[in-house]
Amino acid sequence: MGKKIKITINGETVEIVKGTSILEAANQAGVIIPTLCYHKDLCVAGNCRVCVVEIAGQKRLAPACATPCDEGMDVLTNTLKVRNSRKHIIELLLSEHNADCTNCYKNGGCELQKLASEYKIMNQDFIHLVPFRNYTIDMFSPSIIKDDSKCIRCQRCVRTCAELQGVNALTMSYKGEHAKITTFFEKAMNDVVCTNCGQCINHCPTGALVEKNYIEEVWSAISDKTKYVVVQTAPAVRVGLGEELGFEPGARVTGKMVAALKRLGFDAVMDTDFTADLTIMEEGTELLTRLKGALVDKNPDIKLPMATSCSPGWIKFIEHMYPSLLDHLSSCKSPQQMFGALVKTYYAKARNIDPEKIVSVSIMPCTAKKFEAARPEMHDSGYRDVDYVLTTRELAIMIKQAGIDFMKLKDAHYDRLMGESTGAGVIFGATGGVMEAALRTAYELVTGRDVPFENLKILPVRGMEGVKEASIKIENPLEKWSFLDGVELNCAIAHGLVNAKKVMDSIVAGTSHYHFIEFMACPGGCLGGGGQPIPTNPEIRARRTEAIYAEDEGMPMRKSHLNPEITKIYKDFLIAPLGDRRINKINTKYTPRKRY
Amino acid sequence: MSTNYQLKRADFIFKDENDWEEVLKNNINRPPNELINELISSELKGRGGAGFPTGLKWKISAEEVNDVKYVICNADEGEPGTFKDREILSKVPFKVLTAIAICGHVIGAKIGFIYLRGEYFFLQPELNKAINEFEYYCREIKFDFSIKIFMGSGAYICGEETALFESMEGKRGEPRNKPPFPSAFGYMGKPTVINNVETLAHTYTIFKYGSKRFYDLGVQYSRGSKLFSVSGDTPKPGIYELELGMSLADFVDEFGDDDTKAVQVGGASGFLVPRKRFSETNIGFQGKLVGISLPTGGSMMLFNSSRSMFNVLDNYLNFFAEESCGQCTPCRVGCQQLLRGIKAVKRGEKNAQYLDKMLKLAETMQFTAKCGLGQSVANSFSSIVENFREEMIY
Amino acid sequence: MKPITELIKDLADLHGRDRHSLLPILQGVVEQEKYLSEYSMIEIARELDLPATEVFGTATFYSFLEYKKMGRYIIRICKTITCSMKGEKQILLAIEDMLKIKVGETTPDGSFSLLQTNCLGFCHKAPAMLINNDVFTELTPEKVREILSEYLNRKNEGGQNVN
Repeated sequence: MGKKIKITINGETVEIVKGTSILEAANQAGVIIPTLCYHKDLCVAGNCRVCVVEIAGQKRLAPACATPCDEGMDVLTNTLKVRNSRKHIIELLLSEHNADCTNCYKNGGCELQKLASEYKIMNQDFIHLVPFRNYTIDMFSPSIIKDDSKCIRCQRCVRTCAELQGVNALTMSYKGEHAKITTFFEKAMNDVVCTNCGQCINHCPTGALVEKNYIEEVWSAISDKTKYVVVQTAPAVRVGLGEELGFEPGARVTGKMVAALKRLGFDAVMDTDFTADLTIMEEGTELLTRLKGALVDKNPDIKLPMATSCSPGWIKFIEHMYPSLLDHLSSCKSPQQMFGALVKTYYAKARNIDPEKIVSVSIMPCTAKKFEAARPEMHDSGYRDVDYVLTTRELAIMIKQAGIDFMKLKDAHYDRLMGESTGAGVIFGATGGVMEAALRTAYELVTGRDVPFENLKILPVRGMEGVKEASIKIENPLEKWSFLDGVELNCAIAHGLVNAKKVMDSIVAGTSHYHFIEFMACPGGCLGGGGQPIPTNPEIRARRTEAIYAEDEGMPMRKSHLNPEITKIYKDFLIAPLGDRRINKINTKYTPRKRY
Repeated sequence: MSTNYQLKRADFIFKDENDWEEVLKNNINRPPNELINELISSELKGRGGAGFPTGLKWKISAEEVNDVKYVICNADEGEPGTFKDREILSKVPFKVLTAIAICGHVIGAKIGFIYLRGEYFFLQPELNKAINEFEYYCREIKFDFSIKIFMGSGAYICGEETALFESMEGKRGEPRNKPPFPSAFGYMGKPTVINNVETLAHTYTIFKYGSKRFYDLGVQYSRGSKLFSVSGDTPKPGIYELELGMSLADFVDEFGDDDTKAVQVGGASGFLVPRKRFSETNIGFQGKLVGISLPTGGSMMLFNSSRSMFNVLDNYLNFFAEESCGQCTPCRVGCQQLLRGIKAVKRGEKNAQYLDKMLKLAETMQFTAKCGLGQSVANSFSSIVENFREEMIY
Repeated sequence: MKPITELIKDLADLHGRDRHSLLPILQGVVEQEKYLSEYSMIEIARELDLPATEVFGTATFYSFLEYKKMGRYIIRICKTITCSMKGEKQILLAIEDMLKIKVGETTPDGSFSLLQTNCLGFCHKAPAMLINNDVFTELTPEKVREILSEYLNRKNEGGQNVN
């Protein structure tokens, strides 16, 4: 707790802790100072100069985000000098910006556009610089489109990729009039270490970084009478979608989402949470098998710790950075891909539909899922398992295009066969969720009892800390699992790739003794994913987290192995976890990639 | 004008009595406070162009509590028309090394660096020889101090103190936010005194002779002497050590070629003074003198009537657009707008009123740019456009 | 001439493997190779355990750290105001005429590259230029032709690393 000091903002006295920035102090005092390069998730840059304010007695204006308050400082945020300077800054940004807003994907959601509108920049007559620049648009990545003509060089993407994700796929290059944000040697995004996580998209204020969208393709499929279009929805979508359609962050809109999807014209609306439950069955069994192999058989080929494999951003990350440790990954596909493979085999057979006619669409909070769906090995059904991946944002666009008044929708239910899920499935959307779901099932499988946590809420795995650890001691297991008696199962949970790196480095160094690790590429887990509504910040992600756990508590079943549709799919199709049928359907392999 | 006219000369910098060993030994035995007071009473101000009181700078760093501190000599001389630091380092390097070491003694630093611009690579062999000799002597008198050269690689902006730190830390030379200031948070986040080569050379004089000898030269607020790099349309280009406070008219009398139209004081980031304002302009730091007082790093470029002020401004703006680090909006985009703006007016693509819009833009750059580069573009822009408006249009 | 990987390792042994060792190492590679190729940047990143983008972003900031292939002798003509006033254009024309290349280009035999640079700090002896690390001042078209001839002779005589 620092020393308290008093400053004045526009004549009003404010008491704050010494060292607070003018921006934060203004926020406290209810004064809004516009910003562009500032972001709550990132370190202060102070380079856009939009937030400049006047400090009495100083000739030059000061950047509010980067200037700490001093006792007695007299801050003026609305003088003629400030407004005129700010106008100039916005006009300068617009002059080097491809301001063709009606042709831009970010139209209506662009922070620069919002500022230009607030300041009524209507008589811009600075010389337009874009024609002199030879800007390129990089559309090579399956997930991300990078349009340099819209970049305002706020460096949010650079800081995100470096600080939040530790991937460092982007950098500021050259200097002066040529300064721009590039990849290594300006290669295409899919040609460098980009993990497709899309955090850069979440943090970009303009349309310089957007997702590759497949809206028109999905509309085409839906209106094609010969096609049977199936859609699956990820857990995190239902706590984020509302933000794009008029709700406050943290609103649970599951029923409305399903209703909207039906209205859009999908032939079957089912739930990724179902295959999340399936993943738990498979991965839980795989973990126990590995534990037996390591602890009883002392098999040196068995690799522990085992790492989850449902986050494709994380997968690409480990493929680039730690290719020698790929055997640690669970061999299970992600819920999305399991669903895709099963819908064109199990579901097609059960419903008597020609799998060739099935178009498999998924709604994801994630941009890396677009990359995952396009991975060469993902055609185990005999067809492309997932044809199109839409982000939460794209779904919202489609809902608006269809003229659906989302708020007025009545809740609807998922369709049968692959639409039933448990609370364990829905918590996949939060960091720690996969771990918690896995423990709820594995523990009961091994001991016959519920996890020793009140109301099944395994609190140690929850929360926003970058790396979380939890241990569960196995005592009095069932006879089959007697080799686990007294074993302390050490688990770790990492979210945000920069934290994944920390954990992986500790594994390489041999300083960690985990058995099972959940890795999520995005801060907060999937609910903070690269495809979720923009803006994102710690408060919004916290509210979405609350919503996910509330969904879990509200579900009739909260453990994956109790899901009747799961029981059915084993009975009718898969036979048993890790069983034969499983081969080529729901397990996968990984590709070592170059670090540089 | 009259070739007999001579400005008040001084000869502190280049007169070399080869007594650096004695000066070093004496001064590292004086208490730091005494040395700081000596500097403060001399009223020495930074000679790189910014003019910050040197004594105060050393004092702030000395008072910082930290085991690790640094002294850095800023030899990234890049301001157009400035070439004095190169001379100092080639002719009297030991004065600079001694000053760095004494600074180390004052603030409590054990390491000093010379950030040498890449273009001066050819100075390295001799400078390294001098450093070896210097360090040898330090070891002899049991003074724990070492000096290293850090080479730049062609970036004018690295002369800005925080950009210099970033460069030394192996990053892009992008200036940092201030506060915090270098005296508390400098190279590697440690308290750092960073001084221009010439400033350090002057501290040598002050420590050798005492502050009064320095203080007695110059005028109020602008004490002491300064090296001026004179070039352009002049019969006597070169480096001259002159007392501060001289009037520009007197300067032109001595250095002009009888046809001087304007003088650029302080390089591209300085001010262009037209003939009609020569007599009311003095060279020194801001003070209550009559007329205009212009601080400077010492670059004096003379232009005669054959020169087009449009070409001059075009040259400066090209320079800034290239050398800007590109980080902040007003400088990165502003420099380009000013450059293209004057070209457009000249070609008739924009009318003359556009110049007024450019002047306002330059003013905004002055108020909002992140570092001295962006903040100083308005100096030459406004002074040239306001005084030679017709040359911008016709 | 050392192979690049060995050169980088030696430079890292000399300057260290911290972030603040990056610039001297980049300079060391440019000294020998005259530019930083994609390969050398990757090797530097590997040696210092840095992301490749950090090496690229840092290198491209500095005008003297070329990232495109350069000739053995890099000519840098000062184009700032005093040199410009004192005849830089004529010097440029003389060089373009003699070497048959324009600014930004390299002679086909890889001996000379022609670039422009900003104030070299020899304004009182303008116009000035650098060839690699050597400074030449008070240039005239004739003087420049002499200087370049000397370099051409040097190149013809010995294939060794003549700076």
